[in-house]
Amino acid sequence: MSTLAARAERAAAVAARHADAVDREGRFPEEAVAALKAERLLGLQIPSQFGGEGAGLTQIAELCSTLGHACSAAAMVFAMHHIKVSSLVTHALDSAWHCRLMERIAREQLLVASSTTEAGIGGDLRNSLCAVETTGEVFALGKDASVISYGAQADLILATARRNPDAATSDQVLVALLADQISLARTGEWDTLGMRGTCSEGFRLEARDVPVEQILPKPFAEIAAQSMLASSHLLWSSVWYGIASYAVDRARAFVQAEARRRPGQVPPTALRLAEVSNAHQAMRGTIVTALRRFEDAHGDADTIGSLGFCVMLNNLKVTVSDMAVDIVRRALSIVGLAGYKNDTPFSLGRPLRDVLSAPLMIGNDRILANTAKLLLVQKSSGQLMSA
Amino acid sequence: MNITQAIRDILGSNEAFAGKADQLSEDDSLFDMGLDSFGSVQLMLALEERFSVEFPDALLNRKSFATIRAIRDAVSTLVRQEAA
Repeated sequence: MSTLAARAERAAAVAARHADAVDREGRFPEEAVAALKAERLLGLQIPSQFGGEGAGLTQIAELCSTLGHACSAAAMVFAMHHIKVSSLVTHALDSAWHCRLMERIAREQLLVASSTTEAGIGGDLRNSLCAVETTGEVFALGKDASVISYGAQADLILATARRNPDAATSDQVLVALLADQISLARTGEWDTLGMRGTCSEGFRLEARDVPVEQILPKPFAEIAAQSMLASSHLLWSSVWYGIASYAVDRARAFVQAEARRRPGQVPPTALRLAEVSNAHQAMRGTIVTALRRFEDAHGDADTIGSLGFCVMLNNLKVTVSDMAVDIVRRALSIVGLAGYKNDTPFSLGRPLRDVLSAPLMIGNDRILANTAKLLLVQKSSGQLMSA
Repeated sequence: MNITQAIRDILGSNEAFAGKADQLSEDDSLFDMGLDSFGSVQLMLALEERFSVEFPDALLNRKSFATIRAIRDAVSTLVRQEAA
């Protein structure tokens, strides 16, 4: 039995080998995902009684970082998959159908995608226009999903929808839809600056005659507050950390090569490297602190759903996404033209284009506006070593 | 001062509950009925102003604002502490 780190490294090596092609061709990182399945890394979070390994978010975060170092798109697919799995693990243990689903995810290494974004609603997670239409023991759902990352490649999609056609737009449920239960008609392309391999295309999603037991019993409002917000920001941040680390490693190698060429001198770029190393450590500290606070909460819904915790997670996302861009950009300025070119050992074009998505995926302004509202009632900034 | 009626009045000014705040039972889940994070912040601010209290951070969670009963319990406790 090899260690988790060794399994992750093997999958990351495959991802790294194909990262440039995935980016250039704007295609799904199929080799990397096949390697993740072969290493059985898609079922890690599933509890052991369902055939998984019961891994916590911290272990998943470490893997996101390892993969982010190799291929941003593969890492983001892995992160998004595990964000959805964390919703199942946290909220579906009292549903027999979803427990069997978790067994299947672990056994068959099913890839799980998410459909929240909708035409007319945009990226506002907590509102839906489409609605579950129940007839007896089955339901139908039609959704103009303007983005479903790797929707065409996923084995399973967790989609938000209104509870019924009369429900308010915020009265949502989460439904599990297997690939063979739905039809997806492509309505939008994913031809982007970076993160080209996530294939976050638009689709018209149609599902018919799906058993109602596939609707998660918990209201989506609870799922969003208690597992999705935390898992999204923690795992995305870890992917961005991996991308930033790759750039810092390139810059370090470049400075060291310069130092070897001129023994006895400290290259001028070394000072810039020291600055980047400083920012990189601060970024790491921010993520690790947030992961520790999450682990310390031990899944307590009141802590994780509290206003202070939400402010902390919002701040994590804004800080880390901005730092990631800054670090990669500074690494590029150290490496210079060798980083700007696409065919050198120091090329940083792909990671720079990829990381530019970080402040945009859930725009930082939208998150800051949400924090601003929460701060209207928060009373204290907490202690140094505790919340 | 009737705390429950004040809570219903304040809820009624929230879009999700306009016109139906008086029909809510004390144990209806406000979040299931569309109360979002900003709505609960607005509710807290209005309650703080109305009763001259401040919700401590420990009460700033979903449970404190899940139902009319939970809100009333929290406000009553704060009002008693203020009076003591």
